[in-house]
Amino acid sequence: MMGAIGTFFRKRIVIMVPYAWLTVFFLIPFFIVLRISLSTSEIAMPPYSPVFSMADGWAGWMEKFNLLSFDNFVWLTGDPLYFEAYFSSVKIALISTLLTLLVAYPIAYGMAKAPGTVRPTLLMLVILPFWTSFLIRVYAWIAILKPEGLLNELLMGIGVIHEPLIILNTTYAVYIGIVYSYLPFMVLPLYSALEKMDGTLIEAAEDLGCTPVGAFWKVTFPLSIPGVIAGCMLVFIPAVGEFVIPDLLGGSETLMIGRTLWNEFNANHDWPVASAVAIVLLAILIIPIVFFQHLQAKSAE
Amino acid sequence: MKSLGSIRRSFAPWSDPNSIPYISIRNVTKKFGDFVAVDNLSLDIYNREFFALLGASGCGKSTLLRMLAGFEQPTSGEIVLDGQNMAGTPPYRRPVNMMFQSYALFPHMTVEKNIAFGLKQDGMPANEIAERVKQMLKLVKLEKFAARKPNQLSGGQRQRVALARAVAKRPKVLLLDEPLGALDKKLREETQFELMDLQQELGLTFVIVTHDQEEAMTMADRIAVMNAGKVIQVATPPEIYEAPNSRFVADFIGDVNIFDGKVTAVTGEFVDIEAEGGVKLRMVSSEPPAVGQNAAAVIRPEKIRVTGEKPAGRANALEGEIWDIGYLGDMTVFRVKLDGGKIVKASSLNAVRAAEDPLTYDQKVWVSFDENAGVVLKD
Repeated sequence: MMGAIGTFFRKRIVIMVPYAWLTVFFLIPFFIVLRISLSTSEIAMPPYSPVFSMADGWAGWMEKFNLLSFDNFVWLTGDPLYFEAYFSSVKIALISTLLTLLVAYPIAYGMAKAPGTVRPTLLMLVILPFWTSFLIRVYAWIAILKPEGLLNELLMGIGVIHEPLIILNTTYAVYIGIVYSYLPFMVLPLYSALEKMDGTLIEAAEDLGCTPVGAFWKVTFPLSIPGVIAGCMLVFIPAVGEFVIPDLLGGSETLMIGRTLWNEFNANHDWPVASAVAIVLLAILIIPIVFFQHLQAKSAE
Repeated sequence: MKSLGSIRRSFAPWSDPNSIPYISIRNVTKKFGDFVAVDNLSLDIYNREFFALLGASGCGKSTLLRMLAGFEQPTSGEIVLDGQNMAGTPPYRRPVNMMFQSYALFPHMTVEKNIAFGLKQDGMPANEIAERVKQMLKLVKLEKFAARKPNQLSGGQRQRVALARAVAKRPKVLLLDEPLGALDKKLREETQFELMDLQQELGLTFVIVTHDQEEAMTMADRIAVMNAGKVIQVATPPEIYEAPNSRFVADFIGDVNIFDGKVTAVTGEFVDIEAEGGVKLRMVSSEPPAVGQNAAAVIRPEKIRVTGEKPAGRANALEGEIWDIGYLGDMTVFRVKLDGGKIVKASSLNAVRAAEDPLTYDQKVWVSFDENAGVVLKD
C-alpha cells in the first residue's frame, strides 16, 4: 500500500516539475506585467499606482483593485504608432521567416543527404555560431554592411558596383540580420524531419513515374511540413519581438514593436503602457502557437 | 482455375529456341568501388514468366533487380526490355514497376491516393483513374480501406496496397523485392498463392527477389540461383531440386547428402564411386565422369529408405546405426551413422498412423537408394 502511494506521488512530482517551472517563470511574471499594464503611470518609485501592499488589508486591496483599468489598452488604439509598429513587426517577421526557410531548406536537405560520416560535422558547423556572443555577431554585420564595409569594398573591388550600396540602417539589413541569426533554428527542425525520411519513398515515387523534381514536391516536401512549421514558429515568434537586430542594423527607418516597447520603458518611463504593449504582443503571438498546436494534434490523429 | 493450371503446366518458352526473351540481361557487371555486386551476368526472362532470383543476402540479386528498375546503372553490359535497350533510361520512364520490401507506401496519402499516384503521373483522366483504383482495390480486397492512411493498416493490408499500387499502371514487368519478407509464416503461405493467381489474372511478367527457397519453389516458373554476383543455375523448381548442377545449388536448396569420392568404374551410364569411409555407390549419370576423377554423389534425404533388414533389389544399401530421430508429425527425419563414420540424413513420410516396426535409437539399420535417386557432380 505504501509502495503504491509512493509511486503515485513520484508520478505527480514528475508532472509537477514542468508546471512549477511554468508557474514561476511564466505565469507569475505574466500576472505581474498584466497587473502593471492595468495601472496608472506615476512619477515615483515604482513608477505606477496603485501599489498593492500586505499592510493594506482586505478592504484596502479591494479599494485598490477598483483603481485598475484598461485605459492603457484603450490608449494604444488611439495612437496609430502602435498599430503601425505591430503591423510592421509582423510583416518583417513574416518576410524574414520566409527568407530563412528558403535559405535553410537547401542546407538541411544537403545535410540530410550527406553521408552519415560527415553529418555530425555539418551539424556542428550549423551550431558553431552560438559559441560567439549574439551581440558580437550582430555588430560584425555592421562592419560587413556599412557603406565602407567589407561587402561594399568587395563588390566595388571586383567592379560589380561603383557606388557603395546603402544597406545598413535599412529594413534590408534587418532581414539579413534576422535570417542570419535565426538560421540554425530553422535548419535543425528541417534537418530532423528530412533526415528520418525513408529514401525508398523517393525511389517509389520515381518508379511510379515522377521525375526527381516531381518526387521532391509530391513526397519529400509534404513529409517535411512538420519540420517546416516547427522551424517557422521558432523563427517567427522571437523575430516579431526582436529588439537588438532592428536597433543595431535597422536604424531609425525600421519601426518594430521591440523598439517601441524599449522606448516606452526606458525613454518615457511609462511602465504601464510598456506592459500593455507587451501583453498585446503576447496575444498576437499566441494565435500562431495555438494554430500550430491545432495542426500538430490533427496530424497526430 | 483448372484451365489456367493446365496452361501453366505447358508454359515453357525457355525450351523453345524460337521464342524471343522479353527481358535480356547481357553480360551485366555492377561494381560499387572495388566490390563486384553483379559479375558478368547474362539471363533471359520470357513474357508472362514468374521468375525468381534466389540467393543469400549479398549475392547481388537485389542489385540486379534495382538495375532492372533503373535505380542503378550497370557498370558494363546491357539490359534489353521488350526490344528496347534500357541503358540511360531513368526509373520514371521505364515500363516496369517495383514492389518494395518495405512497401514504401506514402504515409501522407490515403490508400486510394497511393494507388492513384502512378496513374496521375501518367496524366490519366480523373474518371479513368477512379475506375482503375476501384478495380485495384477490388483485386486486393481492400475496398473498405480506401480512405485509410497506411499507418492505420495491418502489415498484410499494407503489402496488398503496395501490390495494388505497383500493378495499377499495368507495367510490362513487375519487380518484387522480398514481397513477403515482412509477413508472418501463415500469411506468407497464403499470399504466395494469391500472388500466383494475380500474375495469371493480369498476364504480367513477374521478377521476384527472395532468399526463401520455399517461396521461390512454390511460386516461380523458373529460378535463378545466385551466388557472389553470378548465376549458378537457371532452371524450373523440379530441375533445381532434383538435378542441381553444382554442389552450391544442391546444398542451398533443401537438405542433401553429399558423398565425396573417386570414380572407380564407368559402365555405360552407370558410375561406380568409392566415397569416404569405404562407401561404395553405384549411380546413374547422363554425362559420366572419367574413371579416376573426383566426383560426388548427391542424394536427397527423402529418396533414402531406412529399414531394419537389408532390402532386396536396391542398388545401394549401406549399413549403419540410428544416431538421431526427429519426429516432425508429417514425416520423420533419421540421422544414420554409417559404419564408415559418415552421417546420412533420411526422411520418410508418416503415411500410416502407427508403424508396425518402429525404428529406435542405436538400432542397426540399412539405408538404401536406387541408382537414379540422385545426381553425380564432377568436381
